[in-house]
Amino acid sequence: MAFFVEVLVAGLLAGVMYSMVALGFVLIYKASGVFNFAQGSLVLFAALTFVSLVERGLGFWAALGVTLAVMIAIGVAVERAVLRPLVNRPPMTLFLATLGLSYVLEGVAQIAWGAQVHGLELGITDVPFEIHGVFVSRFDLVAAATAATLVATLSALFKWTRAGLALRAVADDPLAALAVGIDLRRLWALVWAIAGVVALIAGLLWGARVGVQFSLSLIVLRALPVLIIGGFSSVTGTIVGGLLVGASEKLAEVYVGPLVGGGIENWFPYGLALVFLLIRPTGLFGEPAIERV
Amino acid sequence: MTAPAPLLRVDHVSLSFRGVAAITDISFAVARGEICALIGPNGAGKSSLLNVINGLYRPQRGSITYEGRARRAMRPRDAARAGIGRTFQNLGLFKRMTVLEILMTGSTLARRATLIEHLVPIGRARREELAARARAEEILEDLRLQAHRDAVVGTLPYGLQKRVELGRALAGAPRLLLLDEPLAGMNHEERQQMADDLVRVNHALGTTIVLIEHDMGVVMDVSDHVVVLDYGRKIGDGPPAEVRDDPAVIDAYLGVPHGEA
Amino acid sequence: MSLGLPATYGAQTRLLRRPADRWALVALIAGAFVVVPQIATDYWFSAILIPFLVLGLVGLGLNLLTGYAGQLSIGSAAFMAIGAFATYNFELRVPGLPLLVSLGLGGLTAAAAGVVFGLPSLRIKGFYLIVSTLAAQFFVTWALTKFGWFSNHDASGVISAPRLVVAGLDFGSPAGRYQLTLAIVVVLTLAAAQLVRGDVGRRWIAVRDLDTAAAVIGIPIGRTKLLAFAVSSFYCGVGGALWAFAYLGTVEPHGFDLTRSFQILFIIIIGGMGSIAGAYVGAAFIVLLPLAIDHVAGALFAGATDPSNLQNLQKILFGVLIIFFLVKEPDGLVRLWRDARARLRRWPLDT
Repeated sequence: MAFFVEVLVAGLLAGVMYSMVALGFVLIYKASGVFNFAQGSLVLFAALTFVSLVERGLGFWAALGVTLAVMIAIGVAVERAVLRPLVNRPPMTLFLATLGLSYVLEGVAQIAWGAQVHGLELGITDVPFEIHGVFVSRFDLVAAATAATLVATLSALFKWTRAGLALRAVADDPLAALAVGIDLRRLWALVWAIAGVVALIAGLLWGARVGVQFSLSLIVLRALPVLIIGGFSSVTGTIVGGLLVGASEKLAEVYVGPLVGGGIENWFPYGLALVFLLIRPTGLFGEPAIERV
Repeated sequence: MTAPAPLLRVDHVSLSFRGVAAITDISFAVARGEICALIGPNGAGKSSLLNVINGLYRPQRGSITYEGRARRAMRPRDAARAGIGRTFQNLGLFKRMTVLEILMTGSTLARRATLIEHLVPIGRARREELAARARAEEILEDLRLQAHRDAVVGTLPYGLQKRVELGRALAGAPRLLLLDEPLAGMNHEERQQMADDLVRVNHALGTTIVLIEHDMGVVMDVSDHVVVLDYGRKIGDGPPAEVRDDPAVIDAYLGVPHGEA
Repeated sequence: MSLGLPATYGAQTRLLRRPADRWALVALIAGAFVVVPQIATDYWFSAILIPFLVLGLVGLGLNLLTGYAGQLSIGSAAFMAIGAFATYNFELRVPGLPLLVSLGLGGLTAAAAGVVFGLPSLRIKGFYLIVSTLAAQFFVTWALTKFGWFSNHDASGVISAPRLVVAGLDFGSPAGRYQLTLAIVVVLTLAAAQLVRGDVGRRWIAVRDLDTAAAVIGIPIGRTKLLAFAVSSFYCGVGGALWAFAYLGTVEPHGFDLTRSFQILFIIIIGGMGSIAGAYVGAAFIVLLPLAIDHVAGALFAGATDPSNLQNLQKILFGVLIIFFLVKEPDGLVRLWRDARARLRRWPLDT
């Protein structure tokens, strides 16, 4: 029983990590209706930049500051170069554009900082401690706490600030938002900058966990089922979705995996997402699209 | 002598969206071969009613009886196969196709050739393709669209697109046409021509037409039967002259000419 | 006096209306079969022409599904894999089966898988659909690696492809592999072109553009979508088999991963979605660009650059090109080419 709980808890905490990456997606989706495939590359880029700066002798906080500035700059640049020219195109086009963007970011990151694996030290010791006979990783707990704070902040942002309201308006109908005087460009730049910051935080935590390497950008592939299950436009949904994916993935791997030879965690979340899509196409917390003929 | 059974009968249909009532308890009948106009202020539920008839919306209550079969709702494809043609207020065209291609899709129901037959340019697939092409050409001529045959439909003015949409509906050789504001976006001359086209289709082919229209002149000229909707309810139902003089209808929708009140 | 314009509907609906175009196509195909083997080197066959043809074929398959029918798919590599392994297993386990039949059966197996993974498209629209094909991508690669039966329990995990013998003729040489691939590609492409011009293609476009209206004119949405998945996966499957047999010479799941699926997607974005020729233009681009970069970098930097940097440069270039094409010309290189040709035809009357 304790083993089950341990696996469950590990899965839940892993799920929290997924949620954090997914958060970046939700942000951009809420604001522009775009599924930003490049979010994973942003995470990688952020982590790589930070780590490389630290390796070159910059202090922790200085490196953080510089990386932050870089991420915000990237956000603004992306808005200018990619989003603006593609405004009001169908979502598939925008998705494909972010795909291209991810390639650019990865290429630049690797040319600039090299392709080796870097270790990342955040100063959080990974000493597991015991709660009622279940071992829990301290690092995972810190990650969970960070994620919770992030989510709370972002939720508050969306609900109670004018920027948040404007963001929701823009996501619904960019042209209409323009018509009422919302400054799309500044808003999108803001959103992408925030997404960059989220990417940085996620990148740091993920990087500390698995090391900063190229495959970090593949995290986006983990985030997609989370978004599908939770709903693309819901911050709460990301958390719930993340927990669900994390937990079920681990449990499936441990209990079902041996039956079929293991390694199912790659596709299991997708199978789950598929089932969800068939039952509830907009996810647990997403908003159904209203189509009028 | 009893009158022949109506082609279409709407019985006590009610439709609401998440608690907001769009249509409340509407019943009327459309005789075979007649032109029936559906009029009323914006938001009265006219388009929703058409959507219910051809199966795009499923009403909470009531039934649609078409050619003797009563159903709560048909699926849109079944409606098409039963000979119901449809045009939309906001245009349901395939924007990137040319006019000719769109007219050719209109007769897609008549195709019988299988996938394998479509792989080579001979045999049944080719014959059906040429037949569809001939049909499309007829409609291009009837609706005076030949000059725009190869135009990408999304680039045409709204009034022309409306005509193309009518053409596509006609290509399916429908027995019942449901038209949502077929004259919208046209100037006076185009309207006259379009109204003539509709009358011609009705008389020559016997096609029953139900149309939503705001132009009262056309409605009075062209229709045999008028149904008036207001806030989702039926407030008038009868021959044009009768409806025009109905005080409830005048109050809700028509108004009186200045200087007469 | 006849203006030389096509006078019957039959003549007007031909694949290429102008006799000049038809002769050009015939000449192109004849040249590809007869002239190229005389002048090309083994390197050209093995490294450029064959991958170009095969990637073009797979791109064509994806184009049918995503470009024409509007169903986004990032699982084309999975269907390639199914085609490759199915063909291999048919060849292996059914004695005496002609190669072309195995290829066909391999394609049909991929088509069946395509239908299965395409079923969600009946409920899910637009962007969300990628979940289904992504699931296919991951699941298929996992299954083919996990279950040894597919690889005939070969311990090394790398199976060599069977010999390419058709009607007693051995097509094993580079030139031979090229000609076999070319023949299959030409036949399948002509079939696809025929399919797309007629009612099938129009139904796909209708479902892509406005499926409510498509339903209203009587098009069976579900069947049309599944047909697109089936045909597309067939092409991807045959392409996959050719990739393994005629290009690599081995059959392994590794080369059929997500990166390959993205590559195919890029091919049709750059080449032009919704066009047959676009797949080949895109494939040519994808195959030739890395070589071009290598050559240019070699000339400019005389070997001072690190090969991985070149790869990254390539990545960046691809990314930029994708964004560029999506912004400027969503119909890809093919549209640019057609516009240029049309302008050339009108010049100097067009100012």
